[in-house]
Amino acid sequence: MAGPALSEADAMAVRLGAVTKVYDNGVAALGPLDLDVRRGEFVSLLGPSGCGKSTALRLIAGLTTPSSGVVGVSRRANETRAGHAIGFVFQEPTLMPWASVQDNVRLPLKLAGMPATEADRRISEALAQVALSEFATAYPRELSGGMKMRVSLARALVTRPDILLMDEPFAALDEITRFRLNNDLLELWRKLNMTVIFVTHSVFESVYLSQRVVVMSSRPGRVSAEFRIDTPEPRVEDFRMSASYAAYCREVSQALVPSYSELTSA
Amino acid sequence: MSSSRDFVRFLLPVVVLAAGIALWELVVRVNDIQPYVLPGPSAVFQTLVADWPVLSESLGVTLLTTLEGFIAAAIGGVALALLFNQSKWLEYSLFPYAVILQVTPVIAIAPLLLIYLQQQTAVIVCAWIVAFFPVLSNTTLGLNSVDRNLAGLFSLYGASRLQTLRYLKLPAALPYILGGLRIAGGLSLIGAVVAEIAAGTAGAGSGLAFRIAESGYRLNIPRMFAALLLLSVAGIVIYGLLALISHLVLRRWHESALRKEN
Repeated sequence: MAGPALSEADAMAVRLGAVTKVYDNGVAALGPLDLDVRRGEFVSLLGPSGCGKSTALRLIAGLTTPSSGVVGVSRRANETRAGHAIGFVFQEPTLMPWASVQDNVRLPLKLAGMPATEADRRISEALAQVALSEFATAYPRELSGGMKMRVSLARALVTRPDILLMDEPFAALDEITRFRLNNDLLELWRKLNMTVIFVTHSVFESVYLSQRVVVMSSRPGRVSAEFRIDTPEPRVEDFRMSASYAAYCREVSQALVPSYSELTSA
Repeated sequence: MSSSRDFVRFLLPVVVLAAGIALWELVVRVNDIQPYVLPGPSAVFQTLVADWPVLSESLGVTLLTTLEGFIAAAIGGVALALLFNQSKWLEYSLFPYAVILQVTPVIAIAPLLLIYLQQQTAVIVCAWIVAFFPVLSNTTLGLNSVDRNLAGLFSLYGASRLQTLRYLKLPAALPYILGGLRIAGGLSLIGAVVAEIAAGTAGAGSGLAFRIAESGYRLNIPRMFAALLLLSVAGIVIYGLLALISHLVLRRWHESALRKEN
């Protein structure tokens, strides 16, 4: 982890200060990038493929280190590994094909050495949250794409994280499944009081889900625009059909256009 | 549709076998070929039954050698691959010699081993030399084929080296390891046979390969065929057993063991 961890009293869950990432081959992928995410906020990072939004997420998760700048992530006062503060959901379900659904969800707890009885309780809780209780003993290959993604989500939730990082998790799913998972995710976010940072290249998804949409330009990735999506909570399917939703989508799309024209001219 | 196709797939080789045996018997009888030149299948079978006490004992010896060589190759190959995976230095230092050991024909090494080692040990070492390499290289490939995101997940949750090895790398490598073992099973039989033949000419041993060499000197051609038949069957059984084990272990999750959808 680079930089000082934010204290528990801090209002920010994540704070990136002038963060850059230059790969070994000299490609500047990111930055300088500044990003503050409040506790309990739902933020989307929106941008074209290759704009560094996934890199930003991996930096926050500690999966990679910044070339310069400060990455601050709030930690719990007495964080144990079983109560890992960060949950990560990848673009692919990233499940272990040799393990059943419950054993996949068990992974973070097993790595932390949690006693089996407590782990079992947590696993059934997490599976219930994503409505997969009946499939606990199934194997990943027996599940549909949407169900696999739910397992991946349950695995991220099983440590009861404060911050949930999601890297285009629903990109490979069909529309209907995607809409349903969008709604499920919003419900979980409201219920569990998490901070969610959601990476996507879909304008519609970002506007529907987030309180704040951060538009990124590419090479190197920076913040090019920010939008606050103000709409009565809780959001439901009606919001998708509303005029304000369409207006937000149009506004965000227009902000996104320069990011793409840079790409074609490059 | 598919069951009748399975049946044909099973039936055709059997028909070919029966036809081959019939043709062989016919050629021997029509041309009145003497058994010390070419015995017919019936003569081979009679010899197999008549010489069963001698042959079965030799079969036991050869199978035991094969098994010992196979176990040594399985343990040695997997252990070496794990060491290489943990330490790049070790891999760079030793891997070329594993390759050299593999590409040097074992039949040329066997006489040397027989000089320096006790015969029984030398035979097992031969079986090991031939069989360990596929296990080593397959296991190495498997350990390096871990999904990148899964590896990231393990590091996110602070997995130790040992945990990553046990819960991620080894299960991910399992299909590769089993594939290596399947090859090693057949190869350790070959290694055992080669060493027995080398040892047999040095004047000792009682394995099946030794019986073949001995029968050759005595022009007991039917017994040569009978011993050869037993070796062949042993090879098939070894392969079948290992394929079955592999299938049973992987059937719940790995592509190779899943039924095709139609």
